[in-house]
Amino acid sequence: MKVSYFPGCTLKNKAKDLDLYSYKSASALGVTLEEIENWQCCGGVFTSADDEVATKLSSVRALKYAFERNEPLVTVCSACHNVIKQTNYAMQTNKTFADKVNRYMAEDSYNGEAEVYHYLEMLRDLVGFDTLKEKVVNSLKGKKIAAYYGCLLLRPNKVMRMDDPENPTIMEDFIRALGADAVVYAKRNECCGGYISVESPDSARRNSNAVVKNAKAAGAEMIITACPLCKYNLEKNGADIPVVYFTELLAEALGVKEDTNA
Amino acid sequence: MHNNRYLRDEIIRISGVNTAKCMKCGKCSATCPAYDEMEYHPHQFVNMVESGDITPLLNSDSLYKCLSCFACIDRCPRGVEPAKVVEAVRLFAVRKQGANRMTANDVPAIVDEDTPQQLLVSAFRKYTK
Repeated sequence: MKVSYFPGCTLKNKAKDLDLYSYKSASALGVTLEEIENWQCCGGVFTSADDEVATKLSSVRALKYAFERNEPLVTVCSACHNVIKQTNYAMQTNKTFADKVNRYMAEDSYNGEAEVYHYLEMLRDLVGFDTLKEKVVNSLKGKKIAAYYGCLLLRPNKVMRMDDPENPTIMEDFIRALGADAVVYAKRNECCGGYISVESPDSARRNSNAVVKNAKAAGAEMIITACPLCKYNLEKNGADIPVVYFTELLAEALGVKEDTNA
Repeated sequence: MHNNRYLRDEIIRISGVNTAKCMKCGKCSATCPAYDEMEYHPHQFVNMVESGDITPLLNSDSLYKCLSCFACIDRCPRGVEPAKVVEAVRLFAVRKQGANRMTANDVPAIVDEDTPQQLLVSAFRKYTK
Protein backbone atom coordinates (compact mmCIF):
# COMPACT_ATOMS: atom_id res chain seq x y z
CA MET A 1 0.00 0.00 0.00
CA LYS A 2 1.21 3.48 -0.90
CA VAL A 3 0.16 6.68 0.86
CA SER A 4 0.92 10.39 0.40
CA TYR A 5 2.93 11.38 3.43
CA PHE A 6 3.04 14.88 4.92
CA PRO A 7 5.98 15.05 7.38
CA GLY A 8 5.84 18.70 8.47
CA CYS A 9 8.47 21.20 9.59
CA THR A 10 9.42 19.73 12.94
CA LEU A 11 9.87 16.18 11.66
CA LYS A 12 12.60 17.41 9.35
CA ASN A 13 14.40 19.16 12.20
CA LYS A 14 13.92 18.63 15.94
CA ALA A 15 11.71 15.57 15.67
CA LYS A 16 13.72 13.48 13.23
CA ASP A 17 13.03 10.37 15.32
CA LEU A 18 9.33 10.73 14.73
CA ASP A 19 9.96 10.84 10.98
CA LEU A 20 12.66 8.17 10.72
CA TYR A 21 10.77 5.57 12.73
CA SER A 22 7.57 6.34 10.85
CA TYR A 23 9.31 5.34 7.63
CA LYS A 24 11.02 2.28 9.05
CA SER A 25 7.92 0.97 10.77
CA ALA A 26 5.65 1.59 7.80
CA SER A 27 8.07 -0.27 5.60
CA ALA A 28 8.08 -3.24 8.00
CA LEU A 29 4.29 -3.23 7.82
CA GLY A 30 4.16 -3.13 4.03
CA VAL A 31 3.21 0.53 3.70
CA THR A 32 5.19 2.92 1.50
CA LEU A 33 5.22 6.52 2.69
CA GLU A 34 5.66 8.69 -0.40
CA GLU A 35 6.62 12.14 0.74
CA ILE A 36 4.45 14.81 -0.86
CA GLU A 37 6.53 16.88 -3.28
CA ASN A 38 7.14 20.47 -2.27
CA TRP A 39 4.98 20.25 0.84
CA GLN A 40 4.85 23.43 2.90
CA CYS A 41 4.49 23.94 6.65
CA CYS A 42 0.90 23.60 7.86
CA GLY A 43 1.34 26.56 10.24
CA GLY A 44 1.16 24.52 13.44
CA VAL A 45 -2.29 25.58 14.57
CA PHE A 46 -5.59 25.92 12.75
CA THR A 47 -7.14 29.37 12.62
CA SER A 48 -10.86 28.90 13.05
CA ALA A 49 -11.83 32.18 11.35
CA ASP A 50 -13.52 31.60 8.00
CA ASP A 51 -11.93 34.73 6.53
CA GLU A 52 -8.41 33.35 7.05
CA VAL A 53 -7.64 31.92 3.62
CA ALA A 54 -3.97 32.32 2.71
CA THR A 55 -2.77 30.57 5.88
CA LYS A 56 -4.66 27.42 4.88
CA LEU A 57 -3.40 27.10 1.32
CA SER A 58 -0.43 24.90 2.16
CA SER A 59 -2.79 22.31 3.64
CA VAL A 60 -5.11 22.49 0.66
CA ARG A 61 -2.23 21.99 -1.78
CA ALA A 62 -1.10 18.88 0.11
CA LEU A 63 -4.67 17.56 0.19
CA LYS A 64 -5.16 18.20 -3.51
CA TYR A 65 -1.89 16.42 -4.26
CA ALA A 66 -3.01 13.29 -2.38
CA PHE A 67 -6.47 13.39 -3.97
CA GLU A 68 -5.05 13.63 -7.48
CA ARG A 69 -2.86 10.60 -6.82
CA ASN A 70 -5.83 8.76 -5.35
CA GLU A 71 -3.93 8.07 -2.14
CA PRO A 72 -4.84 8.70 1.48
CA LEU A 73 -2.93 11.59 3.04
CA VAL A 74 -1.08 10.40 6.14
CA THR A 75 0.46 12.65 8.78
CA VAL A 76 2.19 11.65 11.98
CA CYS A 77 2.59 14.96 13.81
CA SER A 78 -0.51 15.76 15.89
CA ALA A 79 -0.42 19.41 14.81
CA CYS A 80 -0.15 18.76 11.05
CA HIS A 81 -2.91 16.19 11.33
CA ASN A 82 -5.17 18.63 13.18
CA VAL A 83 -4.58 21.53 10.79
CA ILE A 84 -4.92 19.46 7.62
CA LYS A 85 -8.05 17.65 8.79
CA GLN A 86 -9.70 20.87 9.92
CA THR A 87 -8.82 22.54 6.63
CA ASN A 88 -10.24 19.60 4.69
CA TYR A 89 -13.45 19.77 6.72
CA ALA A 90 -13.75 23.49 5.97
CA MET A 91 -13.31 22.73 2.26
CA GLN A 92 -16.10 20.14 2.45
CA THR A 93 -18.60 22.11 4.49
CA ASN A 94 -18.03 25.81 3.83
CA LYS A 95 -18.68 26.68 0.20
CA THR A 96 -17.80 30.36 0.54
CA PHE A 97 -14.44 29.46 2.04
CA ALA A 98 -13.80 26.76 -0.57
CA ASP A 99 -14.59 29.21 -3.38
CA LYS A 100 -12.10 31.72 -2.00
CA VAL A 101 -9.43 29.03 -1.70
CA ASN A 102 -10.03 27.71 -5.19
CA ARG A 103 -9.30 31.14 -6.65
CA TYR A 104 -5.70 30.45 -5.64
CA MET A 105 -5.60 27.04 -7.31
CA ALA A 106 -4.06 27.01 -10.76
CA GLU A 107 -6.03 24.15 -12.29
CA ASP A 108 -8.94 22.01 -11.13
CA SER A 109 -10.77 23.04 -8.01
CA TYR A 110 -10.62 21.02 -4.82
CA ASN A 111 -13.53 20.47 -2.46
CA GLY A 112 -12.31 18.28 0.37
CA GLU A 113 -12.34 14.93 -1.44
CA ALA A 114 -9.06 13.57 0.00
CA GLU A 115 -9.04 11.20 2.97
CA VAL A 116 -6.83 12.21 5.87
CA TYR A 117 -5.39 9.68 8.29
CA HIS A 118 -3.21 10.14 11.31
CA TYR A 119 -0.50 7.46 11.37
CA LEU A 120 -2.28 5.85 14.32
CA GLU A 121 -5.50 5.73 12.30
CA MET A 122 -3.54 4.21 9.45
CA LEU A 123 -2.34 1.48 11.82
CA ARG A 124 -5.85 0.87 13.13
CA ASP A 125 -7.94 1.26 9.98
CA LEU A 126 -5.65 0.43 7.05
CA VAL A 127 -3.09 -1.98 8.53
CA GLY A 128 -5.12 -3.28 11.48
CA PHE A 129 -3.94 -3.71 15.06
CA ASP A 130 -4.27 -7.51 14.71
CA THR A 131 -1.84 -7.48 11.79
CA LEU A 132 0.46 -5.19 13.74
CA LYS A 133 0.38 -7.61 16.66
CA GLU A 134 1.49 -10.44 14.39
CA LYS A 135 4.46 -8.42 13.11
CA VAL A 136 5.85 -7.64 16.57
CA VAL A 137 9.24 -9.30 17.06
CA ASN A 138 10.32 -7.61 20.30
CA SER A 139 7.32 -7.75 22.58
CA LEU A 140 7.20 -4.90 25.10
CA LYS A 141 5.58 -7.22 27.63
CA GLY A 142 5.57 -5.93 31.19
CA LYS A 143 6.20 -2.27 30.29
CA LYS A 144 3.68 0.14 31.75
CA ILE A 145 3.09 2.81 29.16
CA ALA A 146 0.81 5.84 29.32
CA ALA A 147 -0.65 7.27 26.12
CA TYR A 148 -0.69 11.05 26.00
CA TYR A 149 -3.24 12.28 23.47
CA GLY A 150 -3.04 15.96 24.38
CA CYS A 151 -5.55 18.21 22.68
CA LEU A 152 -4.77 18.06 18.98
CA LEU A 153 -5.36 14.40 18.17
CA LEU A 154 -8.98 14.25 19.29
CA ARG A 155 -10.50 17.72 19.15
CA PRO A 156 -12.66 19.11 17.76
CA ASN A 157 -14.31 15.71 17.58
CA LYS A 158 -16.92 16.78 15.02
CA VAL A 159 -14.00 17.22 12.60
CA MET A 160 -11.31 14.81 13.79
CA ARG A 161 -13.55 11.73 14.13
CA MET A 162 -10.57 9.75 15.38
CA ASP A 163 -11.94 8.30 18.57
CA ASP A 164 -14.21 9.06 21.53
CA PRO A 165 -12.78 12.47 22.58
CA GLU A 166 -13.33 11.85 26.29
CA ASN A 167 -12.62 8.14 26.50
CA PRO A 168 -10.28 7.32 23.64
CA THR A 169 -8.77 3.86 23.12
CA ILE A 170 -6.71 4.07 19.92
CA MET A 171 -3.35 4.68 21.61
CA GLU A 172 -4.06 2.17 24.38
CA ASP A 173 -4.98 -0.44 21.74
CA PHE A 174 -1.72 0.44 19.97
CA ILE A 175 0.26 -0.08 23.19
CA ARG A 176 -1.46 -3.42 23.80
CA ALA A 177 -0.79 -4.54 20.24
CA LEU A 178 2.92 -4.11 20.99
CA GLY A 179 2.55 -6.36 24.03
CA ALA A 180 2.85 -3.67 26.71
CA ASP A 181 0.40 -2.65 29.44
CA ALA A 182 -1.59 0.52 28.73
CA VAL A 183 -1.86 2.87 31.70
CA VAL A 184 -5.13 4.80 31.62
CA TYR A 185 -5.21 8.14 33.46
CA ALA A 186 -7.52 11.15 33.60
CA LYS A 187 -5.26 13.84 32.10
CA ARG A 188 -4.36 11.97 28.94
CA ASN A 189 -6.54 14.21 26.77
CA GLU A 190 -5.79 17.51 28.51
CA CYS A 191 -3.53 20.19 27.02
CA CYS A 192 0.21 20.44 27.88
CA GLY A 193 0.09 24.20 27.32
CA GLY A 194 1.19 24.09 23.70
CA TYR A 195 2.59 27.36 22.34
CA ILE A 196 1.72 29.16 25.60
CA SER A 197 5.28 28.43 26.76
CA VAL A 198 6.15 31.54 24.71
CA GLU A 199 3.63 33.77 26.46
CA SER A 200 3.31 32.20 29.92
CA PRO A 201 5.95 29.58 30.76
CA ASP A 202 4.35 29.09 34.17
CA SER A 203 1.07 28.13 32.56
CA ALA A 204 2.81 25.53 30.40
CA ARG A 205 4.66 24.21 33.45
CA ARG A 206 1.49 23.76 35.48
CA ASN A 207 -0.35 22.02 32.67
CA SER A 208 2.58 19.76 31.75
CA ASN A 209 3.37 18.81 35.34
CA ALA A 210 -0.26 17.91 35.99
CA VAL A 211 -0.15 15.44 33.08
CA VAL A 212 3.09 13.76 34.17
CA LYS A 213 2.06 13.60 37.83
CA ASN A 214 -1.26 12.04 36.92
CA ALA A 215 0.34 9.46 34.59
CA LYS A 216 2.90 8.48 37.21
CA ALA A 217 0.26 8.18 39.93
CA ALA A 218 -1.51 5.69 37.67
CA GLY A 219 1.70 3.64 37.46
CA ALA A 220 3.24 4.78 34.17
CA GLU A 221 6.93 4.15 33.52
CA MET A 222 6.89 5.90 30.18
CA ILE A 223 4.70 8.33 28.26
CA ILE A 224 4.19 8.16 24.50
CA THR A 225 3.10 11.03 22.29
CA ALA A 226 2.63 11.93 18.62
CA CYS A 227 3.30 15.62 19.20
CA PRO A 228 6.74 17.30 19.24
CA LEU A 229 5.43 20.22 21.26
CA CYS A 230 3.87 17.94 23.91
CA LYS A 231 7.18 16.11 24.19
CA TYR A 232 9.09 19.38 24.49
CA ASN A 233 6.77 20.85 27.12
CA LEU A 234 6.66 17.70 29.22
CA GLU A 235 10.44 17.27 29.14
CA LYS A 236 11.34 20.93 29.56
CA ASN A 237 9.11 21.14 32.60
CA GLY A 238 10.82 18.27 34.34
CA ALA A 239 9.15 14.99 33.37
CA ASP A 240 11.04 12.35 35.35
CA ILE A 241 9.89 9.41 33.24
CA PRO A 242 10.80 9.06 29.55
CA VAL A 243 8.57 10.81 27.03
CA VAL A 244 9.00 9.13 23.63
CA TYR A 245 7.41 9.26 20.22
CA PHE A 246 5.00 6.41 19.60
CA THR A 247 6.80 5.59 16.37
CA GLU A 248 10.03 4.95 18.27
CA LEU A 249 8.24 2.39 20.42
CA LEU A 250 6.70 0.91 17.29
CA ALA A 251 10.09 0.59 15.58
CA GLU A 252 11.50 -1.08 18.68
CA ALA A 253 8.68 -3.64 18.77
CA LEU A 254 8.99 -4.30 15.03
CA GLY A 255 12.74 -4.77 15.35
CA VAL A 256 13.66 -1.93 13.02
CA LYS A 257 14.99 0.56 15.54
CA GLU A 258 18.55 1.74 15.19
CA ASP A 259 20.63 4.19 17.18
CA THR A 260 20.39 7.78 16.05
CA ASN A 261 21.34 11.10 17.50
CA ALA A 262 18.20 12.84 16.35
CA MET B 1 -12.81 54.24 17.24
CA HIS B 2 -15.39 51.66 16.34
CA ASN B 3 -18.85 51.73 17.77
CA ASN B 4 -20.04 48.67 19.62
CA ARG B 5 -22.51 47.62 16.95
CA TYR B 6 -19.83 47.47 14.27
CA LEU B 7 -17.43 45.63 16.57
CA ARG B 8 -20.03 43.09 17.55
CA ASP B 9 -21.04 42.38 13.94
CA GLU B 10 -17.40 42.06 12.92
CA ILE B 11 -16.53 39.62 15.72
CA ILE B 12 -19.64 37.55 15.03
CA ARG B 13 -18.76 37.48 11.33
CA ILE B 14 -15.14 36.46 11.85
CA SER B 15 -16.01 33.79 14.41
CA GLY B 16 -19.07 32.34 12.72
CA VAL B 17 -20.49 31.80 16.23
CA ASN B 18 -24.04 32.45 17.35
CA THR B 19 -23.39 33.80 20.85
CA ALA B 20 -27.13 33.91 21.59
CA LYS B 21 -27.14 30.10 21.85
CA CYS B 22 -25.19 30.26 25.15
CA MET B 23 -27.21 29.12 28.18
CA LYS B 24 -24.60 30.41 30.64
CA CYS B 25 -23.76 27.08 32.28
CA GLY B 26 -20.06 28.00 32.57
CA LYS B 27 -18.76 24.62 31.43
CA CYS B 28 -16.37 26.24 28.93
CA SER B 29 -14.61 28.15 31.69
CA ALA B 30 -14.74 25.19 34.08
CA THR B 31 -12.85 23.03 31.59
CA CYS B 32 -10.43 25.73 30.37
CA PRO B 33 -6.77 24.86 31.15
CA ALA B 34 -5.86 28.57 30.93
CA TYR B 35 -8.60 29.71 33.31
CA ASP B 36 -6.19 30.86 36.04
CA GLU B 37 -4.25 32.98 33.54
CA MET B 38 -7.26 34.88 32.27
CA GLU B 39 -8.81 38.16 33.34
CA TYR B 40 -11.85 37.37 31.17
CA HIS B 41 -12.81 33.72 30.87
CA PRO B 42 -14.35 31.87 27.92
CA HIS B 43 -17.96 32.27 29.13
CA GLN B 44 -17.32 36.00 29.58
CA PHE B 45 -16.00 36.30 26.04
CA VAL B 46 -19.24 34.80 24.76
CA ASN B 47 -21.42 36.95 27.00
CA MET B 48 -19.55 40.21 26.41
CA VAL B 49 -19.54 39.76 22.63
CA GLU B 50 -23.25 38.99 22.74
CA SER B 51 -23.92 42.20 24.66
CA GLY B 52 -21.47 44.27 22.56
CA ASP B 53 -19.11 45.00 25.45
CA ILE B 54 -16.02 44.18 23.42
CA THR B 55 -13.46 46.95 24.04
CA PRO B 56 -12.37 45.50 27.42
CA LEU B 57 -11.71 42.16 25.69
CA LEU B 58 -9.63 43.81 22.96
CA ASN B 59 -7.45 45.44 25.62
CA SER B 60 -7.00 42.34 27.77
CA ASP B 61 -4.07 39.94 27.82
CA SER B 62 -6.67 37.18 28.12
CA LEU B 63 -6.67 37.16 24.33
CA TYR B 64 -3.22 35.62 24.34
CA LYS B 65 -3.80 33.01 27.04
CA CYS B 66 -6.08 30.66 25.08
CA LEU B 67 -4.22 27.44 24.23
CA SER B 68 -6.40 26.50 21.22
CA CYS B 69 -6.93 23.11 22.87
CA PHE B 70 -10.58 23.00 21.73
CA ALA B 71 -11.74 21.70 25.13
CA CYS B 72 -14.46 24.36 25.39
CA ILE B 73 -15.54 23.65 21.82
CA ASP B 74 -16.03 19.93 22.42
CA ARG B 75 -17.52 20.22 25.91
CA CYS B 76 -20.06 23.01 25.36
CA PRO B 77 -23.52 21.41 25.64
CA ARG B 78 -24.97 24.01 23.26
CA GLY B 79 -22.33 23.87 20.52
CA VAL B 80 -21.45 27.55 20.97
CA GLU B 81 -17.71 27.03 20.34
CA PRO B 82 -16.31 29.72 22.67
CA ALA B 83 -12.70 29.36 21.43
CA LYS B 84 -13.80 30.67 18.05
CA VAL B 85 -15.04 33.83 19.77
CA VAL B 86 -11.73 34.27 21.58
CA GLU B 87 -9.91 33.72 18.29
CA ALA B 88 -12.06 36.27 16.46
CA VAL B 89 -11.43 38.96 19.08
CA ARG B 90 -7.71 38.21 19.03
CA LEU B 91 -7.60 38.40 15.23
CA PHE B 92 -9.43 41.72 15.34
CA ALA B 93 -6.74 42.98 17.74
CA VAL B 94 -3.63 41.70 15.96
CA ARG B 95 -4.82 42.54 12.46
CA LYS B 96 -4.32 46.19 13.33
CA GLN B 97 -1.10 47.70 11.97
CA GLY B 98 1.70 47.38 14.50
CA ALA B 99 -0.33 45.27 16.94
CA ASN B 100 1.62 42.03 16.60
CA ARG B 101 2.07 40.37 19.98
CA MET B 102 5.36 38.78 18.96
CA THR B 103 8.08 39.67 16.46
CA ALA B 104 11.09 37.90 15.00
CA ASN B 105 13.24 39.87 17.47
CA ASP B 106 11.62 37.92 20.31
CA VAL B 107 12.75 34.57 18.95
CA PRO B 108 16.34 34.37 20.27
CA ALA B 109 15.09 34.74 23.84
CA ILE B 110 12.53 31.98 23.32
CA VAL B 111 14.53 29.20 21.71
CA ASP B 112 16.76 26.66 23.34
CA GLU B 113 18.46 23.77 21.62
CA ASP B 114 15.38 21.54 21.89
CA THR B 115 12.73 24.05 20.82
CA PRO B 116 10.59 22.39 18.15
CA GLN B 117 9.84 24.43 15.02
CA GLN B 118 6.20 23.71 15.80
CA LEU B 119 6.35 25.98 18.85
CA LEU B 120 7.53 28.99 16.85
CA VAL B 121 5.22 28.56 13.88
CA SER B 122 2.25 28.03 16.20
CA ALA B 123 3.05 31.08 18.29
CA PHE B 124 3.52 33.25 15.20
CA ARG B 125 0.26 32.00 13.76
CA LYS B 126 -1.59 32.96 16.94
CA TYR B 127 0.17 36.14 17.97
CA THR B 128 0.90 37.93 14.71
CA LYS B 129 -0.60 38.92 11.40
